[in-house]
Amino acid sequence: MNPFSSGTRLRDMIRAIRACKTAAEERGVVRKECAAIRAAINENDNDYRHRNLAKLMFIHMLGYPTHFGQMECLKLIASSEFPEKRIGYLGLMLLLDERQEVLMLVTNSLKQDLNHSNQYIVGLALCALGNICSAEMARDLAPEVERLLQFRDPNTRKKAALCAIRIIRKVPDLAENFINPAAALLKEKHHGVLITGVQLCTDLCKASVDALEYFRKKCTEGLVKTLKDVANSPYAPEYDIAGITDPFLHIRLLKLLRVLGQGDADASDLMNDILAQVATKTESNKNAGNAILYECVETIMSIEDNGGLRVLAINILGRFLSNRDNNIRYVALNMLMKAITVDAQAVQRHRATILECVKDSDASIRKRALELVYLLINESNVKPLTKELIDYLEVSDQEFKGDLTAKICSLIAKFSPEKIWYIDQMLKVLSEAGNFVKDEVWHALIVVISNASDLHGYTVRALYRALQTSVEQESLVRVAVWCIGEYGDMLIKNVGMLDIEDPITVTESDAVDIIELAIKRHTSDLTTKAMSLIALLKLSSRFPPCSERIQDIIVQNRGNLVLELQQRSIEFNSIIQKHQNIRSALVERMPVLDEATFIGRRAGSMPPTVSTSSGASLNLPNGVAKPSAAPLVDLLDLSLDDAPAPSSSGGDFLQDLLGVDLSPASNQSGTNQASKAGTDVLLDLLSIETPPVQSSLSPPDVLSSIQDNKSPVASLEELALPSSLSGQATTPVGASPMMDLLDGFVSNPPKPENNGSVYPSVVAFESGALRITFDFSKPPGNPQTTSIQATFTNLSPNVYTDFIFQAAVPKFLQLHLDPASSNTLPATGNGSITQNLRVTNSQHGKKSLVMRIRIAYKINNKDVLEEGQISNFPRGL
Amino acid sequence: MIHFVLLISRQGKVRLTKWYSPYTQKERTKVLRELSGVILTRGPKLCNFVEWRGYKVVYKRYASLYFCMCIDQEDNELEVLEIIHHYVEILDRYFGSVCELDLIFNFHKAYYILDELLIAGELQESSKKSVARLISAQDSLVEMAKEQRSSISNIIAQATK
Repeated sequence: MNPFSSGTRLRDMIRAIRACKTAAEERGVVRKECAAIRAAINENDNDYRHRNLAKLMFIHMLGYPTHFGQMECLKLIASSEFPEKRIGYLGLMLLLDERQEVLMLVTNSLKQDLNHSNQYIVGLALCALGNICSAEMARDLAPEVERLLQFRDPNTRKKAALCAIRIIRKVPDLAENFINPAAALLKEKHHGVLITGVQLCTDLCKASVDALEYFRKKCTEGLVKTLKDVANSPYAPEYDIAGITDPFLHIRLLKLLRVLGQGDADASDLMNDILAQVATKTESNKNAGNAILYECVETIMSIEDNGGLRVLAINILGRFLSNRDNNIRYVALNMLMKAITVDAQAVQRHRATILECVKDSDASIRKRALELVYLLINESNVKPLTKELIDYLEVSDQEFKGDLTAKICSLIAKFSPEKIWYIDQMLKVLSEAGNFVKDEVWHALIVVISNASDLHGYTVRALYRALQTSVEQESLVRVAVWCIGEYGDMLIKNVGMLDIEDPITVTESDAVDIIELAIKRHTSDLTTKAMSLIALLKLSSRFPPCSERIQDIIVQNRGNLVLELQQRSIEFNSIIQKHQNIRSALVERMPVLDEATFIGRRAGSMPPTVSTSSGASLNLPNGVAKPSAAPLVDLLDLSLDDAPAPSSSGGDFLQDLLGVDLSPASNQSGTNQASKAGTDVLLDLLSIETPPVQSSLSPPDVLSSIQDNKSPVASLEELALPSSLSGQATTPVGASPMMDLLDGFVSNPPKPENNGSVYPSVVAFESGALRITFDFSKPPGNPQTTSIQATFTNLSPNVYTDFIFQAAVPKFLQLHLDPASSNTLPATGNGSITQNLRVTNSQHGKKSLVMRIRIAYKINNKDVLEEGQISNFPRGL
Repeated sequence: MIHFVLLISRQGKVRLTKWYSPYTQKERTKVLRELSGVILTRGPKLCNFVEWRGYKVVYKRYASLYFCMCIDQEDNELEVLEIIHHYVEILDRYFGSVCELDLIFNFHKAYYILDELLIAGELQESSKKSVARLISAQDSLVEMAKEQRSSISNIIAQATK
């Protein structure tokens, strides 16, 4: 006999492992055991195979790798003895899962065991199949399981029923085969079979509409009767739990009745009486009873309307909510979430109690309650409820603050009755939990502030006050720094004083102090510091007396290790020193940020023709990557750390000072940021690029800032005009922009801007009932790029679901697909899906566009695939 | 459905794991680490449910062991508590006032019992007696086979003397 394998018994090995004092010692023991087991495996030792596998399972539970034992399971299963098979199947379920290919090898053994004469061996095989079978095995062995559903022994039938559940979860197509045998199980008396049968029917209803219809018609009455019998049954010691006969069966029956009653008034009618009985008669002093009540309430809420029952259900929930047991309160909150769609008024009655639950010491309950409160809030109660939540923010746990803050911010944004309230509440949140506020939230706040022109003074003073106490809240600091930079003069002059404010005296140097504090605080991150630098530059012009001091602070950052800050401070320093004459124009107040654009961008729908290279990386399908970090960042370009490389941030940065960059973003003709990459920074300052793309849409503030810039331009006349500007080939006068500025507004007559109409739309693809049309437009300044708007129309009488359009292009083309407007295409041309494509043709002028497409969709859940080639693109794209 | 069942000791040692949904080995280790971190630190009077990655984990402590089951959002938490208790009672009856050591040294028995109680993450039997009967019937099958074997080896041993 092998000297290793005879080794230790299972019990001894466990003892040895437990006796280990250190992890290293344990590893040593395990290594030795594993070596012995491997040796035994190599020797093909039969006598101790089961013991070795048992050891391996224990080792596996400790978290050590045991893959080498997988084949041993198969060998044990293939043995003819029950003890070997028992441990073999256990090992199979423990060491393998459905994704391992080894599992396929066991299919044959399973099939044999399912046909074995010993019912316990059949049971083992069913158990293994039910726990780990893959879709393929499910298909192969479904007939065996179907047969076993009629087996004489009830314990085999119940196992087969659960096995069938696994099979139809893996392969829903097989559901039909099980409908009849499952219905037969519902007539059984054996509780195990009944429970599993009911569960199987519930799963069948989910998998197949036919099954649902069948059970609804044939079995509803029988199920109601079964439930009645169980509910009224006398004391049955075998199934009794806390005075109730088989609560598990109760719950499963209620669950199946819910599925059958949902959306069917007749079936719902049949079960009204028994539901009322269960809801009123079930004891609620023990967990088992409450579990039944809970399930019953859910069923009442889901089936077709019966006013009386609903009142009963809501009352039960009210009782649950005031229960002292945390579990019961938790499920009550959970249920109320569902009840709110049925009877919002009834749930509102419990508002006070629910609000108390938000402050519970139990994290699970708090979370549930918070979600519920969120649903309860409407225009009429938003003010008091938000106040409660914000008050609670002060004392809540650290780990809960994130959730709570997100919810509060979203509520404030959703329901804010007026701007001043919005700003007030946001400031409170920022002061309490500014570090938990997401970027897009404070970005949005800045947009709102910028739009509330009558509140600028009020806001900047409020922020100044808040900053005195809560310096450590990063996003508060950022918003405050931004506002002080923009509206610093209003701060010290007390402009736009509201009645509700206390007067406050802030000197110019106070304001600078606070920004200096922000920039010097070591915990401030790059974004905050960069924002502070800009604020300082702005203040240097607004507060001439402090100019020198500001310059000092800026100069201190010249040696900053972060390149961005270093570069900025050098540039700003030179602006202050050498370009006094343009400074005041440079640091003009930002034009009002366009709320609509911001919201639109936040929703992830970029204006159709804005094609920035950074946009491309941000606008990944499904909006997964960095969904909304970018919008305002683009506007302010402040979050330098995650600004994508291609667009020279330096350029944008200064440009933003003028705030000119905003307008192209909202401007439908869309300036291409990426194309600016090489443009001189100072050119951007003057936003020379803007005029050529000015369409009639461009907002007036662009014009005004250009006007302001007229004089500084003169001093910059010697600047060479970079050739990159002439890249805008569609503009006939490549060099004119500069002239425009100098000549005031005798600009070239606004070119017929509507680029799209230059190229005719084409029907790119037409098959049967699906038509795709392409509309073309070219973003100015980039002749190689074409924006295509594809419109899909479905002329057939069927709705197409899961609609996916894919396209491929040859190497000389580059293709970017934006997400489609929807994935469901309505029937009979009754609406369409649009999707934007962007094609860059590196051989522009030599080769024309060509594209292969593939469209996949589902009609009535059947997959359809269409393919085609598009070569009828207009010339010159 | 129940996605997995875990038994964790108060020290964070794993005593039993049963997975009804596919998780890779790596995911399993991660799940165990995450959940033992969350569950073991919860106070005694709090509710027995933890929301975790879109699922709910229902747990209950018996002496030094935490019994945890992970279920879907729409499942009945209170019932799962009852299932846990059902399992514990069956273990208790089988081992005769069960303790952690029983489950360590006879971990395979704990698995056998669980397999008579749950398949595919669904409850199989609501009668404790019935489960006990099935387990003892299978245990005696194993005993019989063992006796047979030892008698055979005795015969062989005597014959070769």
